[in-house]
Amino acid sequence: MIESEPRVRRLDRAALTGVLVREVVNFGSFWRSSTFSSTVEPTIYLLAFGFGFGSLVSKVNGLDYVQFVGTGTVATAVLFSSVFPGMFSTFVKYQFQHTYDAILAAPVDTEELVTGEALWIAARAGTYGCVPMLVAIAFGLNPSWGMFAVPLIAFISGFGWACFGITVAAVMKSIDNFSYVTSTVITPLFLVAGTFFPISGLPQWARIAANVNPLYHCVQLVRHAVFGFHVEDLWHLAFIVAFGLLLWRVAIARMERRLVD
Amino acid sequence: MPALAIRLRGVVKRYGAVTAVDGLDLDLPEGTCVGLLGPNGAGKSTTMKLLTAQAIADAGELEVLGHTLPGDSKAARAVMGVVPQLDNLDTTLTVEQNLLVFTYLYRVPRAQRHDAIERALTIANLSDRRKARVDQLSGGMRRRLLIARALVHEPRLVLLDEPTVGLDPQVRQELWALIDRLRSEGVSILMSTHYIEEAERLADTVTVMSHGQAVAVGRPSDLVAEHAGREALEVYGAPSRLREVEDEARERGWPTRRTGTSVTILRVDGLNGDLPEGERRMATLEDVFVLLTGEEIA
Repeated sequence: MIESEPRVRRLDRAALTGVLVREVVNFGSFWRSSTFSSTVEPTIYLLAFGFGFGSLVSKVNGLDYVQFVGTGTVATAVLFSSVFPGMFSTFVKYQFQHTYDAILAAPVDTEELVTGEALWIAARAGTYGCVPMLVAIAFGLNPSWGMFAVPLIAFISGFGWACFGITVAAVMKSIDNFSYVTSTVITPLFLVAGTFFPISGLPQWARIAANVNPLYHCVQLVRHAVFGFHVEDLWHLAFIVAFGLLLWRVAIARMERRLVD
Repeated sequence: MPALAIRLRGVVKRYGAVTAVDGLDLDLPEGTCVGLLGPNGAGKSTTMKLLTAQAIADAGELEVLGHTLPGDSKAARAVMGVVPQLDNLDTTLTVEQNLLVFTYLYRVPRAQRHDAIERALTIANLSDRRKARVDQLSGGMRRRLLIARALVHEPRLVLLDEPTVGLDPQVRQELWALIDRLRSEGVSILMSTHYIEEAERLADTVTVMSHGQAVAVGRPSDLVAEHAGREALEVYGAPSRLREVEDEARERGWPTRRTGTSVTILRVDGLNGDLPEGERRMATLEDVFVLLTGEEIA
């Protein structure tokens, strides 16, 4: 008897769709709180730094400080809305809710599971990342055509950070250990990225360090998208794409080790 | 011979120094229900995980519906349904939404999705609770939904991992009826359990597992006849009396088991006269279970 069974291969669309549909349907039950925190947090940063710090500093690298920080906060919004869901929701889903057991019992492999989850987080980061920019427009940032590239930059960057977060979740034994990563990795990366102050004023070692910080490249790309692209943006783009691809494979490998005995 | 929905040969799974599954052979003929019976730690759950490739065997052959694991496990998972021991429903979603998500995960074609959800709701008897959030359902309803969720794609094989653990007797009976209906529809079922009655009522054949191995395989009634005889004698008394009875039985070569409050002497069918005072009863699968999987709790 010949039976038609669903075709199966690596990274197939049906499996990715399944993972994404689960996320989208679930998002329907918590989008309010998630959107609230992803919107309000960067806005507070923007207002606090823009007006608090902006009263001391009028111009940075030829930009009004509000414009400088308005574009910089896009990157922090991307970071927060991707790395934390990557860490916390991933850990909660496999450790406490056993959601991944259910998904992996269906025709979905770890590779598709991780890819689907990261794509979904990236899509949210691409959206939430634009919020500070919109707020900055309300406070005097001039709209430009290049702004239409920002969601894409935020998406690519968010994908990498989502995969970083998933990797952390896969490696850590306990959710309490996440604070080590937050204090030693995320906070420094988030401060030394040219978001609130330019890295040109930092000591040389910190300037060099900033160049391997994916968030710095995201900040540069966003700022240039808004104020005009440069040739070196190809390098920035290449960096965040490479970061995303590398962490994507690392996240899959670590999750596989965690989920499959 | 009927085709096998599951065929395991010499399957070994180690976790460090612990061998959870130790050379397991298992056959599940299509359209039958096989009960995996064993105490906690016997390797039942590990066996279940091996069948969905959520654990990879260190040695042995595994075939599910003609697909060799772990290589073809995705194709196998597409045609089987899994009911986990731990409830992993999405609790903030409604009953209907949980089923909808699984029609996507199990690749139910778009045109059949609506019918698949309706059918699952009927199976779970939750049609009138379709809009209820899962965290508002009772334990029994959640279990029914968990089973129905595994059936949205009309699988040919269903794995049930301790389907009624922790539920009260009424709910348990309700689930038994549900599982029995599946079986009568020709779905192949592998069910792990440590409830004797569950295996006795639902399973066509039972595989008794102990320390990762199959220590007995057969129809429940055959297993009872073979390992425990037809009749057993319960001898009650103070602990000192029970020890005396055990010593006497050992001298005489009678098989016994402890039941906590009594000593059971097995295979008393042919014995007469010189047996101690006690209550005669029919031997049960529980006698076999305790006899084969050891009395001491590790």
